[in-house]
Amino acid sequence: MIVAKLVFPPLSHILNWKDLFTGLNKIGVVAVVAALATIALFALAGRGDPLQAPKGIKNFAETVVEFIQDNVIMQTMGRDGLGWTPFLTTVFSFVFLMNISGIIPTVQMPGNARMATPLFLAVIVWLIYNAVGIKHQGVGGYLKSSLFPPGLPKPLYLLVTPIEFVSNFLVRPFSLAIRLFANLMAGHILLFTFALMTDSLLKSVAWLKPVAALTVVMLVFLTAFEVLVAFLQAYIFSMLTAVYIGSSAHPEH
Amino acid sequence: MLSSILAAGVTGDVAGITYGLAAIGPGAGIGYIVGKAIEAMARQPEAAGMARTTMFLGIAFTEALALFGFVLVFLVKGN
Repeated sequence: MIVAKLVFPPLSHILNWKDLFTGLNKIGVVAVVAALATIALFALAGRGDPLQAPKGIKNFAETVVEFIQDNVIMQTMGRDGLGWTPFLTTVFSFVFLMNISGIIPTVQMPGNARMATPLFLAVIVWLIYNAVGIKHQGVGGYLKSSLFPPGLPKPLYLLVTPIEFVSNFLVRPFSLAIRLFANLMAGHILLFTFALMTDSLLKSVAWLKPVAALTVVMLVFLTAFEVLVAFLQAYIFSMLTAVYIGSSAHPEH
Repeated sequence: MLSSILAAGVTGDVAGITYGLAAIGPGAGIGYIVGKAIEAMARQPEAAGMARTTMFLGIAFTEALALFGFVLVFLVKGN
């Protein structure tokens, strides 16, 4: 006997959106809005007299910048990395806005739950940390410090160098993208599953309908949890970016 | 018992097992990282900020392994 039939659509139906018009779907709109909102926030905050005490949007923007400086850069790159504040603040704000769209009612789709955006961000980070490494140490020095970690007995390099090559140049950008994408997609699928469950419980036999209260509570709890995930993943993405750039600029001795 | 199961051959949708297997190691690993970080924070509360940052870094690297498995599920299912 089927009391509550849960019809779960294939994954492509959860994540594929029809084009609103040619070449632009919901995720494209989310990405454009996130980029414009980031630009607008800091453009508005940048106006006015810098000597007066900040208030309103300026105060908020300064909180974000201070958070990046204190919790991301100072903890990973130290004082030398403060020049990277604009880049890391932009990355953090954009990734966070892309993530938080997953729980905004009527949007309900995290922009980063499609592989394209995280992968593109990861490729940018990959290009930057390689360029920084080459700029600070030269091509030979950069390859030497990233492929031959110091302080090992010589024969061990036969084993270590291939591993370091794969982990520094191939797995790093891939895991950066996968981490962001998979976390957001997992959250999206969870929310989706509980929403479907609530729906099918409410449509089933009468004595099962009160059970839907449990799934609704779970849905509310998971939505709050997704806020945490959205923030944490943006934080981790910008922190790992800072770690990679920092390790290219100042290798271990 | 096990050999008879293996001989019979497991059929059906086994893609979900991929994630289950991939989550074992990182699950233990993340638990160990967080446990040690809490220990460090309790011993030296003034270094809590540093311990927290390093903890998040460690979690991020470990968690990536589980997430590779998560993504593999969809790649396996896709074929």
